[in-house]
Amino acid sequence: MLVDLLIILGTILLVFIAVLTGMAYLTYFERKVLARMQSRIGPNRTGPLGLLQPVADGVKLLTKEGSLPAKADKAVFLIAPVMVFVPALLAWAAIPFGPGFTAFGRQIGMRIADLNVGLIYILAMGSIGVYGIVMAGWASNNKYALLGGLRSSAQVISYEATLGLSLIGVLLMAGSLNLSEIVAAQQGTYFGLIPRWFVLPQILGFAVFLVSAIAETNRPPFDLPEAESELVAGFHVEYGGFGFAMFFLAEYISMLAISALASTVFLGGWLGPSIPLLPDALEGIFWFSAKMAIFIFFYFWLRATLPRFRYDQLMSLCWKIMLPVALLNIVLTGIIKLAL
Amino acid sequence: MDILSALFLLFAAVALGAAVMVLVARNPVHSVLFMLLTFVNVAAMFVLLGAEFLAVIQVLVYSGAILVLFLFVVMLLQRSERPLPTVAQPLQLPVALFVGAALAVEITLVVLLAAVDQGRKGRDTVQAIQQAGGNVEALGQQLYTTWLLPFEIASVLLLVATVGALFLAKEEL
Repeated sequence: MLVDLLIILGTILLVFIAVLTGMAYLTYFERKVLARMQSRIGPNRTGPLGLLQPVADGVKLLTKEGSLPAKADKAVFLIAPVMVFVPALLAWAAIPFGPGFTAFGRQIGMRIADLNVGLIYILAMGSIGVYGIVMAGWASNNKYALLGGLRSSAQVISYEATLGLSLIGVLLMAGSLNLSEIVAAQQGTYFGLIPRWFVLPQILGFAVFLVSAIAETNRPPFDLPEAESELVAGFHVEYGGFGFAMFFLAEYISMLAISALASTVFLGGWLGPSIPLLPDALEGIFWFSAKMAIFIFFYFWLRATLPRFRYDQLMSLCWKIMLPVALLNIVLTGIIKLAL
Repeated sequence: MDILSALFLLFAAVALGAAVMVLVARNPVHSVLFMLLTFVNVAAMFVLLGAEFLAVIQVLVYSGAILVLFLFVVMLLQRSERPLPTVAQPLQLPVALFVGAALAVEITLVVLLAAVDQGRKGRDTVQAIQQAGGNVEALGQQLYTTWLLPFEIASVLLLVATVGALFLAKEEL
């Protein structure tokens, strides 16, 4: 009993540390990638290759003075960053990192909780995250912030619908909401060569998922809630210091989480060719991280390439293109599933 | 008292407290946020009952979608504090008290007489749900066999509501 509890606490601590470190180096990775794409060098002064840059950034943000606007709604203003940060972290509870292993006669799963509703749990946490943004926008008592908050709520609700619908095809194929079982359903190969990952049969769903995920995490080219050129940073314009840091971190954590979800659901999670001399558990983590890195790079690539969408373009893209395609995908998957 | 009962009491107390604050809060935006707190605590109680699916759907649909729209509208409508409530009709107070008391008695009776026993002795026990393969499967089975007609009628009703909303919003269509 006590050992079980300790294992659970240990897993939570490990995931927590891994996510926070990953998130910190994500900012470094983003700056390096963006710099290369724009023919610059990027951070290279703090430590070797600039590797200590995230630490320096962290210290700077932590020691800066936070400010409270005079006419802000104090309580809501202070709770808002927490309301963005906590759901972003909570989403990690359901994500499986590997197949699990046996140590000292005990089966240890490489995840915090083996939820039988894991998939919708992650979507639910994503849908809670929007409150923080809306609350921040409203409580700041600033018209730019309010506009950012309103945009965010409309955008996230719209793309949540397509995000959820794009995953229904996967549900039909895997027959489970449990993320470990969804990964297990992707085992094996077609013709002994192509892996049976859901990205191939669910290519339409995958396309809709990818676009919706970027809109859901408020990343460029869909970062309208914080559009700096028209809303001067939108919903978090009044935040400085640690409050700003929490919005910033939450965005990167949800980016990581949605990449983890995409790798799990469409790219076969921890599955991959076996690597000699590496234990199964570490191999799982390696493939899982490698697949996540692809999505993360895609995020940065888009940011460096595409200009920001206009708000009406964003909305019509969602309701007039993404939604019909997602519905078509469900119907097609259903027909194929029945025919086979 | 075991840990589950303690957790239940905690969630129930927060949910009730937040529900009262929804009514009492002077600022409508605060009311919506307290309503969010109520919804999330109700979801937590669903988890304690072993109904994870219902809990997650509660968060996803009610907290994540419907309440965000409430917040959206309330934020846009007004930014001034709500005036103190005044009783417009002399009859309002006695009628409200009577209806409220009747509702409270009804809920108490239903809970005490039927629901508790039904839950323990009815078909959908914890064991039965386990046997069906978890509560997602059990719920799906029920919805698509026993309750298929009400389920389909509800979905048609939602479709009608969507079309109606579209018609009201875009009259030139």
